[in-house]
Amino acid sequence: MHNRPQHFHAQAETALANAELRANFRGAMDYLRDKRKTAFADADEERTIRDRAEAIRQRCLSKLPELLEQLESNCIANGIRVHWAENADQANAIFTDIIQSHGGTLAVKGKSMVSEEIELNHAMEKEGITCLESDMGEYIVQLGQETPSHIIMPAIHKNKRQVAELFTEHVPGFQHTLDVDTLIQTGRNVLREKYRTADVGVSGVNFAVAETGTLCLVENEGNGRMCTTVPEVHIAITGIEKVVEFLADVPPLFSALTRSATGQLVTTYFNMISGPRKENELDGPKEVHLVLLDNGRSQAFADEEMRKTLQCIRCGACMNHCPVYTRIGGHAYGTVYPGPIGKIISPHLMGLEATQDLPTASSLCGACGEVCPVRIPIPELLQRLRHEAKQDPKPGTAPMRGQKAAASNAEAFVWRSFALITSRPVLYRMLTWCATRFRRLIPNKLGPWTRCRTAPKPAARTLRELMAERNK
Amino acid sequence: MSTIRIYPAMPKKVYVYATCLVDTFSPDSGLDAIRLLERTGVEVVYVPKQSCCGQPAYSSGYDDDARTTALSQMALFPEPWPVIVLSGSCGGMMHHHYRRLFAGSEHEQSVNEFCDRVFELTEFLVHVCRLRLEDKGPATSVVLHTSCAARREMNVHVTARQLLGQLEQVELREQDYESECCGFGGTFSVRHPAISEAMVQDKTRHLCETRAEQLISADWGCLLNINGALEYQGQPLRGMHLASFLLSRLEEKHA
Ligand code: SF4
Repeated sequence: MHNRPQHFHAQAETALANAELRANFRGAMDYLRDKRKTAFADADEERTIRDRAEAIRQRCLSKLPELLEQLESNCIANGIRVHWAENADQANAIFTDIIQSHGGTLAVKGKSMVSEEIELNHAMEKEGITCLESDMGEYIVQLGQETPSHIIMPAIHKNKRQVAELFTEHVPGFQHTLDVDTLIQTGRNVLREKYRTADVGVSGVNFAVAETGTLCLVENEGNGRMCTTVPEVHIAITGIEKVVEFLADVPPLFSALTRSATGQLVTTYFNMISGPRKENELDGPKEVHLVLLDNGRSQAFADEEMRKTLQCIRCGACMNHCPVYTRIGGHAYGTVYPGPIGKIISPHLMGLEATQDLPTASSLCGACGEVCPVRIPIPELLQRLRHEAKQDPKPGTAPMRGQKAAASNAEAFVWRSFALITSRPVLYRMLTWCATRFRRLIPNKLGPWTRCRTAPKPAARTLRELMAERNK
Repeated sequence: MSTIRIYPAMPKKVYVYATCLVDTFSPDSGLDAIRLLERTGVEVVYVPKQSCCGQPAYSSGYDDDARTTALSQMALFPEPWPVIVLSGSCGGMMHHHYRRLFAGSEHEQSVNEFCDRVFELTEFLVHVCRLRLEDKGPATSVVLHTSCAARREMNVHVTARQLLGQLEQVELREQDYESECCGFGGTFSVRHPAISEAMVQDKTRHLCETRAEQLISADWGCLLNINGALEYQGQPLRGMHLASFLLSRLEEKHA
């Protein structure tokens, strides 16, 4: 039973109560934050990189429909077969068709959050196809029958002891050890064998270049390259927002991505896939497919402010710096994309009914916006989503899926009263007068506030009164 | 979010916007801030009809109600004088978010003009008043907490530090995770009490670990949260408003 965003409160409480989990996250996030900081040691350089990355993403999104068409025709010209999927079911059906048409039963998969989004593994299992994760973190998560807890580091919630336990349980012949190199080698040995026998390789896409019909893949382990070159068939899947206009757009985005994600200047591997194996070539798949997934993204695209959500290049920096994510971890969200980016994109993917608690689960501290390499104004979008969850759409905008799902008459009354009191000096004066005069009547227990704090005590006189006295 | 700001020359008069929290919970901080400003030679105008900037409604998604509040507040400050806000987060609301609230409306231009006039106390003291402090107090140690909005929307964690840095007898201690949120976030603290609790517990631990004698902040939202948690835990450390602390250092009687 996987977590759900509808149960966010309970899931968060459970996570908070888990001391080992909290320690794992604190340690891992500190590490990633430090790495990012070192990679962006020069503030001017950081500004330049972010300026360029933001500008490129905004330009590409502004022409998204044309670029997608251009991408499609250039991919086809390169021999890549292009499929369009409106939702998860359609995308899974496309996978099933392709794999079954080859009589395949085993697929190996490089890390791809979009495949998590459509729950590919699960859907393939129903069709009798095994989908094996080949990214080390994803493999660990899969062994534990879990979902990724982070978009860059899927198994970041686990420490080496927990990984060793999983291997002891699932990997035949594994001799228990806490030696990290041995643990990694163990995983590698298992996976290597699978590449050779898999019928299909599945991957995500980091950037899809419209100009040339090229699919770019950023990775460190080399498993992505294995998945996209060894099996006879390669299927790549990506959200429609990942398209960029020019090949020249890729290096600046790549730089912004790797520095923000793992603090690297470049990654160990950077793959550019421009088609299947040609006649005189010795390796590479015989067929390459690209699945372009919408799944709610066009809703975000349709609204100019929300569109900024799609600028995301999935670096995970917003999570690493989020005080909420750092304490509860990715699973508590119950969404594929956790943390700040998850809070702003999940309402488009899953609707506001399911995700209404997520945009409120932020103190709006702004740490996410401060580090986002493409400068998505995440706090502003959170506020916008809070509005959409409670009220009619802003004038001139279409309703969101689940618009007004969190509307509450009682709450609306509270804020109407707030507006009334704060805009009428007489009422405000009466209220603060009462608060100060009857301050001793304020109870010691004030619901959720006093679970870890004493009740606040108003002063004996308000500033307004003190000033009136002073000016006498 | 912070863009480079051009600061005006020292004006003759300023308005003070004390915020609803200072008004109700710590009026002394308000008085001290006013005295501090007056010491720089500026005439301070306090408009008694002011209430709240509207941030709680805004951050809860109630834009219309926030607009009602915001319009009523802006109307109280008709003269072209600077509006000095005694809190970074309310400053952020009035300097940044009012613009967004009224973008494209009939009020857009007048609102933007108002927003340009809004300054947080410490940035005004440093950049406009060019305040120079002569420390007359005894040796002590402090730790500073700046609100997230103060830091990220107004860039005033820098100016608060500059002011404290001028005090010769005051040692400024550094806390771990200084830039991390204290867990207040207005309605967040009651909507998601468990997460907020985890945050304020970490924050207070890091503050206490500095063993500073005094906690300083220029934001009463955070102080309500942090002081409440410190008191609940039975810690001796307490936070006071930066304005009160600065003033206490300047006056011989406190020395
Ligand atoms: S929202 Fe920004 S910081 Fe977060 S994952 Fe996307 S690009 Fe990275």
